[in-house]
Amino acid sequence: MSETTQQPYTFRFHGRSFLALVLKPQMPTTEWLAEADKWIARSPGFFSGKPLVIDVTGLSLTKRDFEGLMSGLMIRDIRILGVEGADPSWLGTSLPPLLTRATPAPPSEDVKPACSPPPTSDTTPEPASMLIEGPVRSGQSILFPSGDVTVIGSVASGAEIVAGGSIHVYGALRGRAIAGFNENPDARIFCHRLEAELLAINGYYSTAEELEPQLRQRSVQAWLEHDAVKLATLA
Amino acid sequence: MGQVLVVTSGKGGVGKTTSTAALGAALAKNGKRVAVVDFDVGLRNLDLVMGAERRVVYDFINVASGQARLSQALIRDKRIETLYLLAASQTRDKDALTDDGVKRVIGELRKSFDWVICDSPAGIERGATLAMRHADVAAVVTNPEISSVRDSDRIIGLLDSKTCKAESGEEVDKHLLLTRYDPVRAGRGEMLSLEDVLDILSIPLLGIVPESEDVLRSSNFGLPVTLGSAGSAAANAYRDAARRLEGEDVPVTIPKEGTLLNKLFGRRAA
Repeated sequence: MSETTQQPYTFRFHGRSFLALVLKPQMPTTEWLAEADKWIARSPGFFSGKPLVIDVTGLSLTKRDFEGLMSGLMIRDIRILGVEGADPSWLGTSLPPLLTRATPAPPSEDVKPACSPPPTSDTTPEPASMLIEGPVRSGQSILFPSGDVTVIGSVASGAEIVAGGSIHVYGALRGRAIAGFNENPDARIFCHRLEAELLAINGYYSTAEELEPQLRQRSVQAWLEHDAVKLATLA
Repeated sequence: MGQVLVVTSGKGGVGKTTSTAALGAALAKNGKRVAVVDFDVGLRNLDLVMGAERRVVYDFINVASGQARLSQALIRDKRIETLYLLAASQTRDKDALTDDGVKRVIGELRKSFDWVICDSPAGIERGATLAMRHADVAAVVTNPEISSVRDSDRIIGLLDSKTCKAESGEEVDKHLLLTRYDPVRAGRGEMLSLEDVLDILSIPLLGIVPESEDVLRSSNFGLPVTLGSAGSAAANAYRDAARRLEGEDVPVTIPKEGTLLNKLFGRRAA
């Protein structure tokens, strides 16, 4: 006599939220793609491995324009996982699904600072700032979408700080600083010594080549004025 | 329990294998039991610098995969009896090393040696991450060149995130070993200064080893420089570095332009 209890197979699913980067193309899309090329040339690999959504709300696109845009992104290895604001009839089975009811950047849970992460529990509110005590090393990427990032130490060449708010570096900034990541034009970048590869605020950027030589090695702040990154020494 | 030291750099050709052999010999000469382990599977070199290439029967892979016992694979140095080598395999590749195998071998070595020195391959891939995995202490070998410094910075980042120590919330004790330091070129401002390197990497200095023909000559004879050219400035630098690893407080000497001839040439070319 044998008795077998078979575990029933269950089909399970959960809700889980992820933080995605949202691309907002502008018309004409060919020019926007050319801008994208410039960005990729300056920050190779920036988009790789990051979840991306494209928001075409408010653009007067035809189905053909949209398909051209999507294939343009595909050629550039920018892989899109969802679309916002598109006509549902444009999206065949070969294109990513339409997303609705998005909320602007919720505080991320999977932010992993390189050093001394501020301990958070479910009961305490999400911190509005991140403090990194020590240097940020080449190859490290700090992503903190919900506020300011402060580094007590240097940011190495080849390292990257991406903050929803402002970025403060009490050391040499030799890598890339990307502030105002969540469409925040009021974000600023402050550093004790400017040797940066790239500064960006709210998607507008300035590269090392464009920096005025007299600002190099100085204490500098960067802010956005008329959609351009401005820099000045700190007294 | 012995300490595990990884000799690492990211960049190739900066002097990891030379440093591993020199530090290993210097520590063993002071009476410590030392095992040097070659992690550069497929491109092994440490056996050559240690002068043991003809004596390799079993290697690291054989032990890690359970085909040989550690005692069969360890090669005792002919000159210093407390110095042992665990050679890499030349015929396999880095994928042949398993996480569990490495963990077990390092664990065994730790029990019977004061120092286990892991000679890391260049790069940041599997071989390099396995070499640093179980380290307590790291010697980050760096040349005073911008590319080497940036690679070292990347390696320090990995030491702070991908090692067992880092994962358990502790920190690998990291030291800068500045090698191939050329006093003449430093005097002419053709290399990064010591201050610049220390400023960028911000880890304590273990030693400055001058660029030296003695290093090359010794290596070609299968001798760690601390044995082959024991009186040279490079050998002194490694001996002092070994004493610092043992916790001694030894002031660092910055190599100076040596002879009058050097100085003359230095000025003329500048």
